[in-house]
Amino acid sequence: MARFVERAENLARILEVHETYARDRSGARDWFSIVQLNADEEAFAEKHSTASARNVIRFYLNDRENPTSIFNSVKTARENGRTLRPLISTEMWVQLNVFYNRVSRIDDDELRPGALSPLLSDIKEACQSFTGITEGTFYRDQAWYFYRLGRYLERADQTTRLLDSKYYVLMRDTDVANMVNTGQWLALLRAASGYHAFRLLHQSDLTPWRIASFLLFNPSFPRSVFLCLREVDAAVTGLRSRYNLRGGYDVAEGLDQLRSILGTRSIEEVLADGLHEFLDFIQRYLMAITDRLGTAFFGHPPVKRAAWQDAELWPPLAATDAADLQIQSQA
Amino acid sequence: MGDFVLDTYDPGGFYCEMLGCPATAKIRDRLARMPTAEFKRRAAGVEQALYNLGITFTVYSDSQAIDRILPFDAIPRVLPPEEWDQIERGVKQRVTAINLLLADLYNSQHILKDGIVPADLILGNANWRPQMCGVKIPHNAYVNICGTDIIRDEKGTFRVLEDNARTPSGVSYVIENRHMMLRSFPDLVDEIGLRSVEDYGMHLVGAMREIAPSTSTGERQDPEIVLLSPGTYNSAYFEHVFLAREMGVPLVEGRDLVVEDNRVWMRTTAGLARVDVIYRRINDDFLDPEAFRPDSMLGVKGLMRAYFAGNVALANAIGTGVADDKAVYAYMPRIIRYYLDQDAILENVETNICREAPALRYTLDHLDELVVKPVGEAGGYGITIGPRASRVEIDECRTKLIADPANYISQPCISLSVSPTLIDGAVEPRHVDLRPFAITGKDTWVLPGGLTRVALRRGSLVVNSSQGGGSKDTWVLE
Repeated sequence: MARFVERAENLARILEVHETYARDRSGARDWFSIVQLNADEEAFAEKHSTASARNVIRFYLNDRENPTSIFNSVKTARENGRTLRPLISTEMWVQLNVFYNRVSRIDDDELRPGALSPLLSDIKEACQSFTGITEGTFYRDQAWYFYRLGRYLERADQTTRLLDSKYYVLMRDTDVANMVNTGQWLALLRAASGYHAFRLLHQSDLTPWRIASFLLFNPSFPRSVFLCLREVDAAVTGLRSRYNLRGGYDVAEGLDQLRSILGTRSIEEVLADGLHEFLDFIQRYLMAITDRLGTAFFGHPPVKRAAWQDAELWPPLAATDAADLQIQSQA
Repeated sequence: MGDFVLDTYDPGGFYCEMLGCPATAKIRDRLARMPTAEFKRRAAGVEQALYNLGITFTVYSDSQAIDRILPFDAIPRVLPPEEWDQIERGVKQRVTAINLLLADLYNSQHILKDGIVPADLILGNANWRPQMCGVKIPHNAYVNICGTDIIRDEKGTFRVLEDNARTPSGVSYVIENRHMMLRSFPDLVDEIGLRSVEDYGMHLVGAMREIAPSTSTGERQDPEIVLLSPGTYNSAYFEHVFLAREMGVPLVEGRDLVVEDNRVWMRTTAGLARVDVIYRRINDDFLDPEAFRPDSMLGVKGLMRAYFAGNVALANAIGTGVADDKAVYAYMPRIIRYYLDQDAILENVETNICREAPALRYTLDHLDELVVKPVGEAGGYGITIGPRASRVEIDECRTKLIADPANYISQPCISLSVSPTLIDGAVEPRHVDLRPFAITGKDTWVLPGGLTRVALRRGSLVVNSSQGGGSKDTWVLE
């Protein structure tokens, strides 16, 4: 539930900023970059032959068949909310319904130029309302910890995707050496609501690597990967200590490892090894954490992913842990 | 009412910013295909958004405070690259000359000794600050932020109407207007290369760092810059917040600053913090009750001592008002030639200086043709527009002129250019001007475009926001 609301909010942010700010010098916008950002090239190509503004917007806003559309994210959040209905507050459930009804009513008229920005603002606000209502009404038991887990895992993932998308676009520019396309980077900061926070830190030196560093490592920015992982860690620790949940040892260990990587690596090192590779690494790591959380707390069978085998990516499983996992998966 | 924007638009006999410019063909074409009703709906959405963003100024009447937005007209004012090039060069030239003038006036006064500008005009000016004589200003950048008001006459020639070298305002609208256009009219902007207005804050903070006193920062790497505002009741408070955020610097009021040991400090939760540069949005006379008006509640006691000791930089410097005086304006072409040995790239409006007897006589004889302006006023107050004035108004003006001729200048009535403007669902011509913003530290940089102000009342020539003016987005094409 938390994940899908967070996902809808991020998609709305990306579309809004793309609609408004992400123009190059000739005033054109590259809508295909959004498809790339979400790794939806194949699914998109099945439905549309060109990445026009109209096609991309429709695909991500109200396409009933696209599982990553805002419509479907909200729908899934509401479905999850229905399952969790005994646990969540009435206000949360009402907000999910109101929100779902709102996105169900989106028609082509609202996707017109000029109408789209207000619509996306509405969607973003609906997500933020949900977050606020949850903060103010959700009973602080285990469910609350899982809610936070989902929200921050998703947010960390979205921030890496956002950064990766711009990096990708900008790497195609001719001026790769400097990457001086300031407007695009400002758009990136605005998408993450980080523009003013960033300006407070850096008055004049608006370099791409500083922006990347800010979105990855800043300890106070609510959408930085670093802060999101701190929250994930706090939630996992809370679950394990306060509720004596036995699973999740490997998750906690993995989080420690990822956090220490984020805490010690400098942006220069990241850029030297390749930003895209680093972001990809984090995304795979987050996916692995999600999988293991499923195994630890919900009895999902362990997922075999190529990334798991990567010794670099994850600390080798302790023997006892591996045995634990096997027992759980059989149960 | 036309079905489409521009359907029934007729600029009359005026120079039209839209129709007079071949480079606007693509934009005109799009406007011609946009239904007026749709345009009006979106424009209303923009006004609502501005209201929600709190981009408002407060009007006080009958003990009620009403928040109003500066009216925004969504039909952009477009400048092709070659026209912008002329404006940009002209503004830079003018700002350079103004700074040279101020450096000269507050030091050796060659220009007065050479008789280019009458000495009493400067030394008797209300904005002359003798305390500034001999004070060294980094890079001789007295005017760090300058707003140059430019109009266009019936032939399409750009002319400077006045210089604003004290605390020019309006730049926040330039940036917010652009955001509004990008949000609400993305289809109008598509595939049209516009020069960005995004990096104003960065240039501004860059200039502030360049003027920081070299002695004050010491071991601290970065100078501490603050924006000093008169506070929340000021009509431009929104802009002060906006600029502080765009620069990434603290917004302070006079009570937040304290001067000790001829150094300026800011009160923070962690104690006092040294301040090196102050972008002040308070006029000279309210800045320091110790040096200027003793009744000022807005200023900082002792600020001038710190300033004269070279421990803090102020932007703009003290005493710049003597350069944007309407009487000094008349000498500007000669001032440019004197310092730069160049002709003015942007012409002045022909100006009669009423302190000079022949000019006064000419003005009194042609009152019904001329615009008469008091030299000290800002905001469009006290202006008499001869061709529009009643008999009574002309007579009042004559009386004032004879009583105090040195307080007035007169200029021919120029037919300001017009721009298509949405008025109650129809598109009509309305007069516009342009205020580009120039930032000067080591060098001068001009924000592409500037604030286009539009006189919303039919036939009105006064574009000031305090007098029923609105604004438009200004597009400089790539």
